[in-house]
Amino acid sequence: IVRWQDLEESLRMKLSLTKVVNGCRLGKIKNLGKTRDHTMDIPGCLLYTKTGCAPHLTHHTLRDIHGVPAMAQLTLSSLAEQHEVLTEYKEGVGKFIGMPESLLYCSLHDPVSPCPAGYVTNKSVSVWSVAGRVEMTVSKFMAIQQALQPDWFQCLSDGEVSCKEAASIKRVRKSVDRSLLFLDNCLRLQEESEVLQKSVIIGVIEGGDVMEERLRSARETAKRPVGGFLLDGFQGNPTTLETRLCLLSSVTAELPEDKPRLISGIGRPDEVLKCIERGVDLFESFFPYQVTERGGALTFSFDYQLNPEEILLQQNGTQEEIKCVDQIKKMEITGCNQEITSFEINLKEKMYQEDFNPLVRGCSCYCCKNHTRAYVHHLLVTNELLAGVLLMMHNFEHYFGFFHSVREALKHDKLAQLKELIHRQAS
Amino acid sequence: MAHVVPTVKMAGVATQASLESAPRIMRLVAECSRSRARAGELRLPHGTVATPVFMPVGTQATMKGITTEQLDALGCRICLGNTYHLGLRPGPELIQKANGLHGFMNWPHNLLTDSGGFQMVSLVSLSEVTEEGVRFRSPYDGSETLLSPEKSVQIQNALGSDIIMQLDDVVSSTVTGPRVEEAMYRSIRWLDRCIAAHQRPDKQNLFAIIQGGLDADLRATCLEEMTKRDVPGFAIGGLSGGESKSQFWRMVALSTSRLPKDKPRYLMGVGYATDLVVCVALGCDMFDCVFPTRTARFGSALVPTGNLQLRKKVFEKDFGPINPECTCPTCQKHSRAFLHALLHSDNTAALHHLTVHNIAYQLQLMSAVRTSIVEKRFPDFVRDFMGTMYGDPTLCPTWATDALASVGITLG
Repeated sequence: IVRWQDLEESLRMKLSLTKVVNGCRLGKIKNLGKTRDHTMDIPGCLLYTKTGCAPHLTHHTLRDIHGVPAMAQLTLSSLAEQHEVLTEYKEGVGKFIGMPESLLYCSLHDPVSPCPAGYVTNKSVSVWSVAGRVEMTVSKFMAIQQALQPDWFQCLSDGEVSCKEAASIKRVRKSVDRSLLFLDNCLRLQEESEVLQKSVIIGVIEGGDVMEERLRSARETAKRPVGGFLLDGFQGNPTTLETRLCLLSSVTAELPEDKPRLISGIGRPDEVLKCIERGVDLFESFFPYQVTERGGALTFSFDYQLNPEEILLQQNGTQEEIKCVDQIKKMEITGCNQEITSFEINLKEKMYQEDFNPLVRGCSCYCCKNHTRAYVHHLLVTNELLAGVLLMMHNFEHYFGFFHSVREALKHDKLAQLKELIHRQAS
Repeated sequence: MAHVVPTVKMAGVATQASLESAPRIMRLVAECSRSRARAGELRLPHGTVATPVFMPVGTQATMKGITTEQLDALGCRICLGNTYHLGLRPGPELIQKANGLHGFMNWPHNLLTDSGGFQMVSLVSLSEVTEEGVRFRSPYDGSETLLSPEKSVQIQNALGSDIIMQLDDVVSSTVTGPRVEEAMYRSIRWLDRCIAAHQRPDKQNLFAIIQGGLDADLRATCLEEMTKRDVPGFAIGGLSGGESKSQFWRMVALSTSRLPKDKPRYLMGVGYATDLVVCVALGCDMFDCVFPTRTARFGSALVPTGNLQLRKKVFEKDFGPINPECTCPTCQKHSRAFLHALLHSDNTAALHHLTVHNIAYQLQLMSAVRTSIVEKRFPDFVRDFMGTMYGDPTLCPTWATDALASVGITLG
């Protein structure tokens, strides 16, 4: 006799690990989605969207990208305002945005836009949309999720501690308490709704930079029947992550192995690797978008099979470019250029005016197969919309390719080579 | 009115023999038995183009936010670039190094480049016209460029476009007086200078541009003189500015009545649906306009009944596509409600969705016009079109009714 519970159990989302190397988890999450037949690889990333659409991209141009992740990230900050519309629509946000086949994860905030502090209370959290502030109590939050019907959603949580400079222990403790209270209330409401039961709640680990609170948050959240965990409050600049890595290890050690761990606000390839080594499974892909917005093209190599000379050739003189970039960085004081990383080239620079090479030699993306650095430079200089389209296509493909190489490296025990390669390119 | 009119030179290079030797790039496939509408085929270096045709405008070597792959998928086979803009950025030398404009923007089909003449009107405060050429002052750095007929052709030779336009002396259609006559005669002289300067007549088709403003006599003179020059095609210029529609259609009709039948007629700057249909009836084959792509970026979607301003609240919960009959990717995948939401976000994809749709609308319209001419039912098509657009064919604007009547098409 097959028990109903056993059947349900077998249909439920399942994370199976293939291997664990140096703390890095390689595996698959199966039985995902409403139809229970989608699979996701870990470590991996989610497709970044703005108002339910990849930035700059229509269905056609998105489809041209190789390796688009099975799950897309939606943000409540961009979709909360559509509550009424989606309630009337009834068929869920996936169909509304024209992505009925995609898995969907709904986060609270947009990782790119910093959240102003001072808007979380014991009863509500606010998100910031283009039109202004949207305040959500637990019931409003769950009503919105009921209209959205995502596959996963980040639970309502108090993540404000990461917005503030030096939060007091009292404030940190409050962020953990509030988030647990929100979680319990959300779980209760989920039990009362058939629609909401089709979505998986992702519990949020808070606790700022206080080890004791981080551990408490992890242990308590892990007791609840959540589908996965979001590690919140680790975003910042490279120095802040460095100091938080120890916290990260301690947190993931407290979490069950068979549930996915997401992290928000981490995008740089070197930081991604460090987090994977500390038990993180899933990342966002806002980083290639940020690079696009400053007119950059990702060029860092993740081909750990090539020897260093070949890598230099493939990048077509990146070393020289980095020197030039450093020089120019000292001369120019615009905000954009100061954020430029060593993983990219800035196509606005005059040196690319007559460069008829693709963005990255050997790249199979639409932009590199059809256009040149000179052309993209021209589009940037003349402020043409196509610049964003082409750069987004390349940057997404390059970034998804990086995650693929991480999985391959783990599979073939080449993680050390990949690590060395990536960290050599970090500045 | 006493004024000095420089004598018109006879065509510099044309001899009796070469009057027969210029390429006939237009092949007529069908003609409407009532009106002057024609369906044809343009044989150009980068492939055949069915006419009547609407040519989208990609000023700076890009069709705004859509890729050349998307443009090709919509069925576009010819689009525009602009000499003035490309001449400044990135410049003809660079484009030549990139294998011409085709190579630079990776467009496998045909390109038509405007000469820079229109910028004389649009940037009138920054330009000065003399017999030599047009002197432009750059708004970016104050530097000056002289665009002469020779220079314009030289740049266009470097761009390698399939159709190039003469540099014409363009005057706004709202200007009256001796300046209009001066510009008309100067355009003829500049045409001859362009013909003489053209280095690649075998690869690039130089079109003349009929001027003369809204003065029938001046236009007739221009037509008489320019048709003596053996160019592969003629454009009707100086219209589609601020003039009244009543004057507009009369100048178009006058022009088509005096232009040779076996060469294409390109009406510059016309792109509103009603104008396209009427001017096809008047005998025009080619059109260009920034309107469809520009209006897309303001949130306006073109439909058979006019347009939908999708940013408006009325579309917030409208879950149908822009046009259920439209076969474009935007209408296949997205609802008005979603586009409304996207238009109120900061994701540029909203603009691209509408650009795709509006170009599709224009191309589908031209295709339907052409089919109706080939199937000998163009007048019925016109009546249907006007009925859909205005609610009833009799509610069509007066100028359009008059224009259509002048070529034997009655509405209602």
